Amino acid sequence: MPLLEIKDLHVTVGERPILNGLDLVVNKGEVHAIMGPNGSGKSTLAHVLAGKSDYVATGGSVTLDGEDLLAMAIDERAAKGLFLAFQYPIEIPGVATMTFLRTAMNAQRKSRGEEELSTPEFMKRVREAAGKLSINQDMLRRPVNVGFSGGEKKRNEILQMALLEPKLAVLDETDSGLDIDALKVVSDGVNRLRSPERSMIVITHYQRLLDHIVPDVVHVLSRGRIVRTGGKELALELEERGYADYQEEAA
Amino acid sequence: MPAVDETVEQVRSIDVDQYKYGFETEIETEKAPKGLSEDVVRFISAKKDEPQWMLEWRLEAYRRWLTMDEPTWAKVDYPRINYQDIYYYAAPKAFVAPKSLDEVDPEILRTYEKLGIPLREREILAGVQRPDGEGGGSRVAVDAVFDSVSVATTFKEELKKAGVIFMPISEALREHPDLVRQYLGSVVPVSDNFFATLNSAVFSDGSFVYVPAGVRCPMELSTYFRINERNTGQFERTLIIADKGAYVSYLEGCTAPRRDENQLHAAVVELIALDDAEIKYSTVQNWYPGDAHGRGGIFNFVTKRGDCRGPRSKISWTQVETGSAITWKYPSCILRGDGSRGEFYSIAISNGYQQVDSGTKMIHLGKNTTSRIISKGIAAGRSNNTYRGLVSAHRRATGARNFTNCDSLLIGDKCGAHTVPYIEAKNSTALFEHEATTSKISEEMLFYCQQRGMSAEEATALVVNGFVKDVLQHLPMEFAVEAQKLISISLEGSVG
Repeated sequence: MPLLEIKDLHVTVGERPILNGLDLVVNKGEVHAIMGPNGSGKSTLAHVLAGKSDYVATGGSVTLDGEDLLAMAIDERAAKGLFLAFQYPIEIPGVATMTFLRTAMNAQRKSRGEEELSTPEFMKRVREAAGKLSINQDMLRRPVNVGFSGGEKKRNEILQMALLEPKLAVLDETDSGLDIDALKVVSDGVNRLRSPERSMIVITHYQRLLDHIVPDVVHVLSRGRIVRTGGKELALELEERGYADYQEEAA
Repeated sequence: MPAVDETVEQVRSIDVDQYKYGFETEIETEKAPKGLSEDVVRFISAKKDEPQWMLEWRLEAYRRWLTMDEPTWAKVDYPRINYQDIYYYAAPKAFVAPKSLDEVDPEILRTYEKLGIPLREREILAGVQRPDGEGGGSRVAVDAVFDSVSVATTFKEELKKAGVIFMPISEALREHPDLVRQYLGSVVPVSDNFFATLNSAVFSDGSFVYVPAGVRCPMELSTYFRINERNTGQFERTLIIADKGAYVSYLEGCTAPRRDENQLHAAVVELIALDDAEIKYSTVQNWYPGDAHGRGGIFNFVTKRGDCRGPRSKISWTQVETGSAITWKYPSCILRGDGSRGEFYSIAISNGYQQVDSGTKMIHLGKNTTSRIISKGIAAGRSNNTYRGLVSAHRRATGARNFTNCDSLLIGDKCGAHTVPYIEAKNSTALFEHEATTSKISEEMLFYCQQRGMSAEEATALVVNGFVKDVLQHLPMEFAVEAQKLISISLEGSVG
């Protein structure tokens, strides 16, 4: 059953066309990897799904659970279960991570017409999720991402994903800036969140992330379109041969 | 997350088109003739039934004022004020100082009720419980000033038992003339500055507080100022004296109707703390800021100064400034007594076309005096927000210490934040520290929060809340309650 359906999507960023007729179907519970050379439109796809203002869809459609995603505001998309793990998580001075998590969780619950979490219930959930990602109390008390190492920032993204329990998680270059140990912690965190009810789109330049998060489907993006689709072995092939073929093909 | 909810309301309410207190009260008033002259000064003094010395004092101020020029050094830009086009006195008609609340015009009471101000003592007694349920009801004595006169003061009897004098200054001039005469103008002299001198000539009312030696004032004191009448200036004068070892905490709040023309507010506040005394003075300033195009709004030119006259005395200013088209305000401390301490905690929010030039002066005269300044300026829309502060240590002030931290937060890209610190140390033992930062709520920051499910408003509130946290945590509980009361939108029936 399709969770996300993208049909013939065209997107411009400041007049410049980046996505040129992209088609993609992600079924419930599937993990899709999107690979491609720099500038092929990988991050644009992530941002247009999340609804960032400079990314303008000029044609095509996107539905999440059958609903028109492009018509929704950013926070509405989030409440409907769309989560974006940022390549470069943003720092928010003065706002404790704990406060941020609670505000986000309650905002989503509120827009879904659910009760706010009680303090003990919230604390319990955070403690559990943080423990699995080796995030200590001190880090939760510090302002959001301020002074965090690259690894801490990415673990904080996965913590948010665990607490917000999205239907569709888009991971934008989650492996960038991580050493091998940190990559393992983050990937383990992501793998624990795989479930038949949750789909993921893993955007990456490199195969190495896919050794840890093994995808069901791999797509190659080039010049704003998906030019090839295959199984996890496609990633290995790309690792060997590079993206040169695809850049030429699209030219 | 109640703190965030509060700030959401706060952010909404600073949207200049959503000013909640812009209504007008239909009431007949009696005014002095328009414009300023010796006759008008005499008229005001006569209305108040003042002693001769007070009239002389006013006239001297008026003559001084005629020789002075309006200051232009602040970073504010406004059309020239025509001082002859203003009414200097307006009072609800047939106004006789009421002996009890039952004598106050119900129309005025309704106005204050609409503002969420608990004038009726029984409502206070029955109503306001602290949210966390600690220590029973919160009790605040209120003096309400409507245009030029004080209309009601609550809890007078109970304060009297403690020996605390809390009454309109016009009444204090009749009942305690010696006290007023001794202290009035002793911190802000008649000729201090253009606006203070104008105030000295025409001030009409305000609050007077005297806390006798060794007394800890049993409750928060509070004054609410309301400008109602068109083309009328408000010139209130507040005088607070904490005698040796006394303590008092005082709150003021201000609102005005929404009008297209500008209105002038030029107040003077004088605080005197004698040996070991402490005064805590908090303000929620929410005058009408003007509309989205910068039309209308209050011109707020205020002189506030505290004198730590005795050794080990302490004066602490806290201000939350959200209103006014122009704010020109520098609550200051003269640290005269050895070991005295001054504090200034400020949150100044500007939006639309508002212009804020605010800060403090910490003047270290005594030995081992200390001061602390925490200022948080938030600029949005097309506003300009300036922190201007002076820290000085005089030759005698050995061991003087100051810590200053001023941070600015910009929302959008059409506003400005400016920091103008002056530091003067005339002896080598003074130790001054100054920290300043400027940051911006970026599109990226909002996008990040919104992607996690927050609305743009909630996201802004979260960031703003984080930014002002340092100041908020220094506020007394009562202040937070008062601030919330004045700022939040859902004021109606909020007494309970």
